[in-house]
Parts: sequence; structure tokens; C-alpha cells
Amino acid sequence: MKARRTLRWAALIALTVLYVAPILWMVLTAFKTEEESAASPPTFLPSQWSSEALDTIFASSAQTPVLRWFLNSVIAALGTGAVVLVTAAPAAYALARMEFRGKRLVFGGIVATLFVPPIIFLAPNYEIVEALGWLDSLPAVIFPVAAGAFGVFFLRQFFIGLPLELEEAALLDGASRFQVFTRIVLPLSKPALATLFLLTVLTNWNDFLWPLYVLFNPEHLTLSPGLGLLQGANQTNYALLMAGGLVASLPVLALFAVAQRYIIEGVSRSGLKG
Amino acid sequence: MGTGALEQLKVRPPAAKRIAVRGVERGMRSWTPWLFLAPYLVLFTLFVAIPVLYGLWMSLHNWDQFLDEKPWAGLSNYTELFRPGSAKAGPFWSAMRATGIFTVLSVPLLVILPLGVAMLLNERFRGRSFFRAMYFAPYVLGVVVVSMVFRFLLDPNIGALNHLLGSTTPWTTALPWAWISLVGMTVWWTMGFNAVIYLAGLQDIDSQLYEAAKVDGANVWQRFCNVTLPALRPVIVFVVTVTILASANVFGQSYLMTQGAPEKKTRTAIMFIAEEGFQDFNLGSAAAMSYVLALFLMALSAGVFFFFRRGEDRR
Repeated sequence: MKARRTLRWAALIALTVLYVAPILWMVLTAFKTEEESAASPPTFLPSQWSSEALDTIFASSAQTPVLRWFLNSVIAALGTGAVVLVTAAPAAYALARMEFRGKRLVFGGIVATLFVPPIIFLAPNYEIVEALGWLDSLPAVIFPVAAGAFGVFFLRQFFIGLPLELEEAALLDGASRFQVFTRIVLPLSKPALATLFLLTVLTNWNDFLWPLYVLFNPEHLTLSPGLGLLQGANQTNYALLMAGGLVASLPVLALFAVAQRYIIEGVSRSGLKG
Repeated sequence: MGTGALEQLKVRPPAAKRIAVRGVERGMRSWTPWLFLAPYLVLFTLFVAIPVLYGLWMSLHNWDQFLDEKPWAGLSNYTELFRPGSAKAGPFWSAMRATGIFTVLSVPLLVILPLGVAMLLNERFRGRSFFRAMYFAPYVLGVVVVSMVFRFLLDPNIGALNHLLGSTTPWTTALPWAWISLVGMTVWWTMGFNAVIYLAGLQDIDSQLYEAAKVDGANVWQRFCNVTLPALRPVIVFVVTVTILASANVFGQSYLMTQGAPEKKTRTAIMFIAEEGFQDFNLGSAAAMSYVLALFLMALSAGVFFFFRRGEDRR
């Protein structure tokens, strides 16, 4: 028994080192000079803590306006999260609690698209976004992303599990469906709504392929394609690249630290339903 | 409680139907559901339903997004991919092969290792949720940051890994090293995601099953094979399917870390499709390739599904 416990702790600690080391290396390198970041053999701690790389990032040059990308990413991620909640929640409620002609067809159609490989959407959505005049602007990375079926599927499952009694009582008292939805169902669903919002924000913050091809102007990029550009322009200035990575990771790591429970529960619940 | 109430209880229709009996729903007109659905259905129609068909239409044209003329091409975008020696077929199938290699190498690791980690975490001890969060953390960093960090760690000249190993291995520029790097990085990045899903599945297993097995004299390995694995079956099917699809969609890792090197051998299917569409301005051909890749993936998913179902019947 004791040997097993020791073994478990050894494994846990070894894994932790494996997981902390790369992130720690990024953080430490962000505080080295360009010269020191390229030293061979590498130094572990910065010989002197330098803000050179971070200064360059925050100076936000015209070619690599990192702060602008940061702001764009914040707007895109929060915007997508908001659009998902506003559109998916009422739709999921209708599919969970109302009987109407065509319901099975609508729900079946929505769920079926969960199984369509996302690459299918790349070429046609590019043309649709262009026709809407959204190319190279943030709506292009908000609305097509928010149209995914996951939110509706996720919230519908949650709404179905809510107890009916409160809703019934309110309907008997003459409340409209809309009132029931906004005053009873939504307040009861805060944890699920928070989880969906967080998962959407994280996914959108890290999305790479789609923004890479629908945003062009350096001023209009989000962080993911922006960092790709930063890497292309500074192939071996690792201090600068790690500083950029650090700036891009801090918000999501902070969000994860605060809302870890919601995020992990959201992910594990999506697995059990599959 | 009188018999009247009991009778009422008995005839109460099942929960889901109670507030939604057709025609007599309270607080609802016939168009109420559609009002609730409308905002989402607008998005869904525009960016999900229409594109599926529109992409098919595009794939039947020589579709340069910068030219007004988009001439009909029939099936030629498809037949080009299957005509040996054509300009498109060689690089396309080489990219499909790269995606295949990556999938075959990464999926087993991403199915087995996270299960081990989940079992490590599936016991009560202090700091358990800390470790769980720790192993999940890389997933929230996203592919761009993770690829940049690993490109640095694996840099042949100044990278930390070669320094630690005292080697000069070309991790990102030669085979087989580039595959090892891409797979290793992806395992590091997404292992926590699968582990969290497994862990939730493990916690749902009735502990009485383990007790009963112990009473029957089953050792640790027998308990794993006869209790854990069968109970976890649906979760395993889910993890296998999701991981295959995720691995087959590999793009960012090779775009950013190996940049297709060496000689475009790690250029994946999605990377090639994106180049075809946005660098060679041939969205029609890119759409055709997307459909071929999608058919492969759907066949693969169906294969996984039937493989596990057949196993189910045999039990």
C-alpha cells in the first residue's frame, strides 16, 4: 500500500515537472535579452531580468501591433460568447420544452452538423463572409463561429434536466413563455450558461485556421494569426516570441485559474453525453 | 392523501409532455417556438446549412475568388485528385498521407496515456484538483502559443531539449524527428483534455462493482480488464472518435512548428487545402479536397462506431 502511494506521488510529480517546465521556460525567456535567449548553452534564470522583449511587445509597432491584436481578440472572444448565449439559449429552450411541427427535423438537422468535419466550411464561408462585406473585420471571426451547433446541443441537455414544477406554476399564473424563459429558466441555468460562455471564449481565443485566412491587415488581426505573423517576422528572436506568447496566454490562464471548475466540468460533461 | 389525489398522480402524463401538449400549450402561440429559434436559425442557415451545399457547388467550378468569371468545371476538381501524375494528385495525397501518419501515431497515445493519468487522479488525496488543473492547463493555451514554445524548446542549436540530452537532433527539420516532435507536442497539449473526460467516466463507475470483484479474488489487473474497461466503454468510444477527428484536423502544429519541413513531408491535408484555396486562389479545388477529406473522416468515424458495436455484440 505504501509503495503504491509513493509510486503515485512520484508519477504525479514527474508529470507536473513535465507540464510546468515548458510554460516556465516561456515565462523566463520572456525576461531575457534577445542575445541571452539565443545563448548556447542556455541560461536557466535570466542573468539580468530584462523588459526588452516585453517593451517591444507593448510598443506595438505598425507591423506587429500586439496590443491591437490583444484588444481584437478580447472583442472577438467576448462577442462570440455573447452571440452564442443570446442565440443558443432561446433556441435550446424551444427544443427542450415546446412541442411544434418540424421540431424533430430542426433538432436532427442541427445535431447532424456536429458530425460534419469543419474543413467543409472553410471555402464556402469565406465566400459568404466576403458577400456580407465582413472580410478582414471582426464580425467574420464572431458570427460564423457562433453558428456552431454545440451551444444549442449543450444547453438543451441542461434545460431538459431542470425541474418542471416552477415553470408550470408560472404558466398557470399566466406568465408568457418568454417570461418563464427569462425569469425562471435563465436564472436557474447560470452555471451552464457560464460554462458555455467560458468554453466559447477559450475556443475563440485560440482559434487559428479561420482568422488566419479571413483577416489580413496587421491592424485587424486577432492574437492567434498575429503571433503567427510575429513568428514569421522574428524567426529566431525567441525572447520576443516568448514575450508575445506570455501576453497571449496570461488572460486565458487567469480565466482558467478563476473558473477552472466550470471549464473542466463543461469538458467532462460533454464527454459523458457523447 | 385521498384516493382522488392518487388517481391524479397516476394519470399525470410524463414530465416532458406536461407543459407542452399540442394545441393546448399555455402561454404559447403556434409561432412562439419559431420566435425562440429564429436568431439561432438565421446564423445556422447562413453559416452552417448553406455552406455545406454551397461548398459542393463551388467544388464544381474553377473558382478563383478574385475573378468574376468562375467557369463550370464539372467533376474535374475531383477527377484531378484521382488521376495519377496530375499536378494536384501528387501533393494532395502526400498531404493526406502526412495527416494519416500523424493520426496513426498520435491517436493511440492520446487514448491510452490519458486513461493512465485519469486513473492516477481517480483516488482521494490532497491536491487532486490541483494536479487535474495542472495537466489540463496547456489545453487552454491554444495551438499557436504551444507551437511557438515547442519550436523554441526543440530548436536544434539553442533549444533546451538538445542541451539537456547533449545531442544535436534536428527535431523540427528532419524525419523521423519532426513526427516525434509534432506528436509529442500534441500529446503534451491535449492529454489533459482526454484525461478529464476519462476521469468523469471513472468517477461514475459504481464502487460496489470493484468490491464484488475483490470478493471474487480479482487482482488489480483483472479488476481493470473486467470492471473498469467495460464500464468505461462508451467514454472510450467518445474519446477515440473525438481524438481521431481532432488529429485528422491537424494544422497549426505543422504550420507553425515544422512549417511543413522537411520537403513538405509534414504538410498536412488541411494545410495543403488552405494553400490551394488561399495561396493558389483556387477555392473550387480546395472545396473538392475538403469533401474528399471529409468523406474519409466520416468513413473512419463510422468504422470506429461499428468496430466498437461489433465488440459489444460479442460480449
